[in-house]
Amino acid sequence: MKDIRFSEESMALVQRMMKRYPEGKHKSALIPILHIAQAEFDGWLSPEVMNYVASVMNIQSIEVYEVASFYSMFNLKPVGKCLIEVCRTSSCWLLGAEDVIRHLEKKLNIKVGETSSDGMFTLKSVECLGSCGTAPMLQVGADYYENLNLEKVDALVSRLKSEGKRKTYTDLPEPRTL
Amino acid sequence: MGKKLLLKDDHIAGIQSYDVYRKNGGYASVEKAVKTMTTEAVVEEVKKSGLRGRGGAGFPTGMKWSFLAKPPGIARYLVCNADESEPGTFKDRYLMERIPHLLIEGMITSSYALGANTSYIYIRGEYYYVARILEKAIDEAYANGWLGKNILGSEYSLDLYVQIGAGAYICGEETALLESLEGKRGNPRIKPPFPAVAGLYGCPTVVNNVETIAAVVPIVNDGGDEYAKIGIGKSTGTKLISASGHINKPGVYEIDLGVPVEEFIFSDKYCGGIRGGKKFKAVVAGGSSVPILPADLILKTAKGEPRLMSYESLADGGFATGTMLGSGGFIVMDEDTSIVKNLWNFTRFYHHESCGQCSPCREGTGWMEKILHRILDGHGTMSDIDLLWDIQGKIEGKTICPLGDAAAWPVAAAIRHFRSEFEEYIKNPKSIKDVKHYYRLNNLQSA
Repeated sequence: MKDIRFSEESMALVQRMMKRYPEGKHKSALIPILHIAQAEFDGWLSPEVMNYVASVMNIQSIEVYEVASFYSMFNLKPVGKCLIEVCRTSSCWLLGAEDVIRHLEKKLNIKVGETSSDGMFTLKSVECLGSCGTAPMLQVGADYYENLNLEKVDALVSRLKSEGKRKTYTDLPEPRTL
Repeated sequence: MGKKLLLKDDHIAGIQSYDVYRKNGGYASVEKAVKTMTTEAVVEEVKKSGLRGRGGAGFPTGMKWSFLAKPPGIARYLVCNADESEPGTFKDRYLMERIPHLLIEGMITSSYALGANTSYIYIRGEYYYVARILEKAIDEAYANGWLGKNILGSEYSLDLYVQIGAGAYICGEETALLESLEGKRGNPRIKPPFPAVAGLYGCPTVVNNVETIAAVVPIVNDGGDEYAKIGIGKSTGTKLISASGHINKPGVYEIDLGVPVEEFIFSDKYCGGIRGGKKFKAVVAGGSSVPILPADLILKTAKGEPRLMSYESLADGGFATGTMLGSGGFIVMDEDTSIVKNLWNFTRFYHHESCGQCSPCREGTGWMEKILHRILDGHGTMSDIDLLWDIQGKIEGKTICPLGDAAAWPVAAAIRHFRSEFEEYIKNPKSIKDVKHYYRLNNLQSA
């Protein structure tokens, strides 16, 4: 099994984050640190990763589990390299989110919640992402894809496939400054 | 009329950057407040402005600020609620993405007024890239002396941080947000104590929405009285409206409060009318939580007066014939929309987002979703409508936080105004398949 340990850069960031809060309140950094951990350890939070985060933060493992299991952006099961999150609520739904979801299910040959056999894509339907004026939309990693139609969805899937890279919420062009 | 306050510089190229923002008068409110005003004077201007919380509740901001306890030697906090998750609402994202420094400036001026030396912007996790935009703006503000120790040579010091969430609608509720900011599950707290007395880390805390904080900038620059001249009655100032659904021109509009709803929907200045020449059926005026209104009641009150985009006018008639301005998430539906299916979509949302602390909400939202699903599956009975009515009534007002109410109101309103649609589905299940509840594939492809 791969050694679970933050890279030097991530560890420095984690240490900096814990110092942003008043004395004794460093648990506040848990959610930001879990984002870093998820990005670094294959896009999901295994029990081992959560235990590791607990040890780095010097808190109980249960404190990590209870938070990780509450928030929808933390994956407690392995996911594909690209987690495609299609907004399914309200305006997106009014303007064709179900078509986008059905199209992706057919195209990727998986159902919502499943991962494609090549490990490239996981499909998820999520609640409102605050992009109602540009509906329908979906999110992959940090990026929003808005005003979708089925051709745009096809083009996106092809591009992601040819790039073959893992997408996470934290990978953005600007260096991390948190 | 029609003067923009928050989005006035939206069209300027490069307004995201510090230099351009500063050149266009940015950070003047910080200079004015820190150099020439006492903290009490700033609070007084906000009170005079009549500004009301822009997140949804509409509570007077100046009053909220004046409730902040100030025990000596105890830290106070200002926390900005950027957890924008109310379906139909995307104005805060727009503002933060386009004019990030306006929020940073508002945070500094407001923190000064409240005597907070550490402030946080709590932003929903899905807006990770927006958080990065804000952090960049914060770095620039530090580099130019607007943040850090002894701002503008004064005694006042402030540190400002962006705190990222991880996907939970409930964290938009202020005490759930504080729990989340403390690194815990987003379970709302029982009030009292209110955050003004015991908030973040048990210290006195004010939590304000992004748009509210941004509005403090023009209020301090031009004075509360000037701000109060805009709008109508107790709905002063401008409001960002997120317009979406079956309209020609979805987007974020800054309006003077008091614009007629009819003008807002049909004028080319705003929504530009209903898409594809369809008939107008209904509106959810303030985010998914507020009661849906049929076309006739959103355009005119029950008394026959034109309905206006203001806190009071939208609420005219109570829930029997009115609704709420809420977050300003304005969702328009055309004649092909199935109200029952739309309600199922909303109810599924609340079921998914219930934190699970209170039984009426945790169980009730699930039951309502199942009953609606049964009706849409063609197995509904007439008593299901009464059952839905009964359940929503047993959630409303019986939970720690307002998510229960928010889940109950859409159900009550849909039955109140569109009962015949439920009955039709139950009497004639075959009609369900015929409902065009969203744009068909062809329209979608040509969109």
